Amino acid sequence: MALRWTRILGAGAAVVAVGVAAAWFLTKPAPLPEDSWAGLGEPDLARGETLFWVGGCAGCHAAKGATGDAVKVMSGGLPLTSPFGTFHVPNISSDPNAGIGAWTLAEFGNAMLRGVGKGGEHLYPSFPYTSYARMSPEDVNNLFGYMKTLPASSNVAPPHELGFPYNIRATLGGWKFLFFNSEPWVDLASADEKLQRGQFLVEGPGHCGECHTPRNALGGLEAGQWLAGGPNPEGEGRIPNITPGSRSVGSWSEGDLVNYFQTGFTPDYDSVGGSMVEVQKNLSHLSQGDLEAIAAYLKAVPERQ
Amino acid sequence: MRLKSTVVIGAVLGCLSFSSAFAQEEPQSARQAQMKVVGQSMKELGAIAKGEKPYDGAAVKAALEGVSTSMKAFPDQFPAGTETGMETEAAPAIWEKTDDFRAKSDKLAAEADTLLASVPADQAGVGAAMKALGATCGDCHETYRLKR
Repeated sequence: MALRWTRILGAGAAVVAVGVAAAWFLTKPAPLPEDSWAGLGEPDLARGETLFWVGGCAGCHAAKGATGDAVKVMSGGLPLTSPFGTFHVPNISSDPNAGIGAWTLAEFGNAMLRGVGKGGEHLYPSFPYTSYARMSPEDVNNLFGYMKTLPASSNVAPPHELGFPYNIRATLGGWKFLFFNSEPWVDLASADEKLQRGQFLVEGPGHCGECHTPRNALGGLEAGQWLAGGPNPEGEGRIPNITPGSRSVGSWSEGDLVNYFQTGFTPDYDSVGGSMVEVQKNLSHLSQGDLEAIAAYLKAVPERQ
Repeated sequence: MRLKSTVVIGAVLGCLSFSSAFAQEEPQSARQAQMKVVGQSMKELGAIAKGEKPYDGAAVKAALEGVSTSMKAFPDQFPAGTETGMETEAAPAIWEKTDDFRAKSDKLAAEADTLLASVPADQAGVGAAMKALGATCGDCHETYRLKR
């Protein structure tokens, strides 16, 4: 009798162990294979700079209120409030100790494309690798090359202040298993080069959907509501719908959108506001062609009310 | 055309001073009307900067005067008790960081006055002025305006 119970308990323990192992396997940090970063050659710094601006790095990583050339100092420290707690944005300047100056391309690339930190840990998706994952290793090489040319800062940001269970990084593995992929958000059914460039810029480095798409209770983007707007995750107010069905921007022409990105003025000469001010400043650094591509894509996504 | 834009902004300004003279208006409406004058002025300047309208020195001057006059009165329209109501887009930060808010408002008035002292003389000059004024608009709206 005792033997039988031991067997049952043993079998039960084995099942649990297999389950835990499977869960671990499915949710463990998953960097890209080392050879992804080989043979990329010299970075194209101009392309890297475009990615820097469309990626909005300065929006979070520059010091609060930075203007002029100071927006290129990625000193970190900005507190990002969220329903899960407060994130303190890290230093990603070229400083070898406080920043990422001593990181390898693979380390930087795994953070950008896989949400895996230098120590092999899961990164919080407040850093939008969930969008950046749509970039290629070539893009990452160009961006990393450009960022190394920016000034160093010795600033050290405080640790994140998150409530339980969000302070357990292993839980992020489950979140990533559910919500993290690098698939396109919309099927454009068009091989048009400009549209594809727009899709890359908006869905990838531009990470527009991170704010402009509503999230479910677990913080995953609602795929069926791509770019349909919703409550402001950082506080009061609403983030506007930017699909062609939008009451505010749906009627804007592609030219109106481009002009808005360049000047911050709506067709009625109302001005950009809220967190979009920072985004618009960054977008104003992009070429006319890239801004036209973004506008064309925004006109091609499914209409949402 | 030139007469028309000057008259429009003049008329709006006239209404504003009229309403403030009688002090009957709710501060929420007053400040919204002042922002509308600024928007209308930027629209005039924008049309010239984009080449949709020919350069017109008098219209540029009237637009800049619209910005200057409105922005000088603007920060006084936020007394306690007007945090909500009348579809205000004013952010709570206005009442938390009053000095900074006023400084930003004053900055736009000062920029308009500087431009008035030497009115932009051609399309390119208006374009440059637009860019400077626009950045100031966004700089304040980033913190103090809420889209509901």
